[in-house]
Amino acid sequence: MPKTAFEPSIKSRPIYGTLEPRPGKSHLMIADAEGAEAILDLAKSTPKGMFDHTHIIYIPKKTGETFTGRLRELNPAQCYVGPSYEAALPRLRRVLNDAHMGLQVYLSGSEGLMGQAMLEATNAGIPHSAIQTEHRGSTARRMQCVHCKGITEDVTTDPFQCAHCGLHLFVRDHYSRRIAAFQGVRVDAEEPGNVPEPVERFK
Amino acid sequence: MTINFRDETFRDDFTFRNSPEAIKRFPFPFHEDSYMYSVNMEPHKSYRPGSVYERTFDVDEHYVSEMKDRAKVLAEDPLRCQSLPHMTLAGWDLLELIMVSKAEEYPDLFELHRDGNKWHWINKPLGIDQKFVFLDEATLPYGPMEYITRQTQGDFAVLDQRDDNLWMDAGMVTTQADWSLDFDIGMNFFEWHAPVPKAHEMGIFVRALKFLLNVRQGAPARRLNWTMTVNPLLDTSPENYHKWGVMKQDLTMENMGEKMHLRVELQTFFRLPRSNALVFPIRCYLIKLGELVTEPKWGRRLHRVLRDLPEELATYKGFISNRPKIVEWLSKYDDGKPTSPGIWPD
Repeated sequence: MPKTAFEPSIKSRPIYGTLEPRPGKSHLMIADAEGAEAILDLAKSTPKGMFDHTHIIYIPKKTGETFTGRLRELNPAQCYVGPSYEAALPRLRRVLNDAHMGLQVYLSGSEGLMGQAMLEATNAGIPHSAIQTEHRGSTARRMQCVHCKGITEDVTTDPFQCAHCGLHLFVRDHYSRRIAAFQGVRVDAEEPGNVPEPVERFK
Repeated sequence: MTINFRDETFRDDFTFRNSPEAIKRFPFPFHEDSYMYSVNMEPHKSYRPGSVYERTFDVDEHYVSEMKDRAKVLAEDPLRCQSLPHMTLAGWDLLELIMVSKAEEYPDLFELHRDGNKWHWINKPLGIDQKFVFLDEATLPYGPMEYITRQTQGDFAVLDQRDDNLWMDAGMVTTQADWSLDFDIGMNFFEWHAPVPKAHEMGIFVRALKFLLNVRQGAPARRLNWTMTVNPLLDTSPENYHKWGVMKQDLTMENMGEKMHLRVELQTFFRLPRSNALVFPIRCYLIKLGELVTEPKWGRRLHRVLRDLPEELATYKGFISNRPKIVEWLSKYDDGKPTSPGIWPD
């Protein structure tokens, strides 16, 4: 699956690039689902020996075994394949806690994965502008309800129903790095009950 | 100078109103009969005694009731006041700026006695008498920014300056025109303004940022901004939009003069001395249309501005659905006569 082309949007909406090898003492690559393909593409142009200093954290989600074999064939120093982002989080925090100057961070896959991993990396003191990202796969969004503050993962329709308070929310492009989510606002606030039919905007 | 502090509400029974004196000093934001975005900055110098521009931090008849409303908002939602860890020093800077200004400019209402770092603050309208050690957080009941902004009208965004940008890294935001501090905290100048239509393309934010990065200590700046609000709600937050949005339906030609308010923000910008942060107070003034039209010039002009406002702006400002009614109501106060230049009443 090729990388995603997004419509031009507002200035808080993240923009993703294409991963490229950068000189560094060590490399941390975090990906979910089709994000593995960005790492595999990156590997075509990496200098010899780079994966000897690379730690891959990968969450396959629905892609199952599709990419795990090829990732392992890159022979990274460490390759972790986990069942969910939440499960991988303690490991990620441990790795970032130990990070030294010269660590390069590469994120690929869904916006939710990249946003959350970027938040961990910036909390560890790495500037967000120094972190590379490449979007692959699902365009589903991680949404925060502005009213109850609950996060709804993998939102594909607009409007959608908040998984926490049950309000029907419309999907904004306004994005918070600190929350790693887009903002959802009640769609029928001015006319309660007048909820438009949900449209599948993200896949 | 005495101020008769009104006992009034900005919720439930909405007893807020302006006295005739408060109407006269209202910061009407339109200097001509039309409106478009502009950077419109000017030095925040004392100007026109009695006006909202006279003092560094204007205190008016709504002070005590506004502070009670703020306390209620914070009790319901503590996330309205947040400060990232590196912003504490800026909070002390802000506390000093406000205490020193108010004690100098309103000596009958506020007193500040300083003996080295031992400070004694007296706020008579709110009945506060506080001894504390400057720069020692443990000696105040809240962090320094929260402590002083619980006693000062207006929202406060405290902006860190780095990488040629301004970062919204702390704030007290309970009287806002529909933006969320909790969501926007940590964003840079362009990011938190991202949802504003048109102004990015017009280059407004690039120019405004350039100006703000260069605001110097002792040379604050100011501008006005505005929107329209149904009912005198100070708290028109996105967090509570699912509660106040529905009130827009209640507007009729009969209750227009009482329910519809022009909401004006006096925005000021001060460089802070120790932290080099920029503090951005956003002071909200409300006026009922019924009060506003007691100044014939303002009635005529507001009618023309709202009638001719580009649709995108009326949508962004949240009154597009009610605009036809508002314009029709205001048209009764527009006899077509020319208006004098400037914002002040004739």
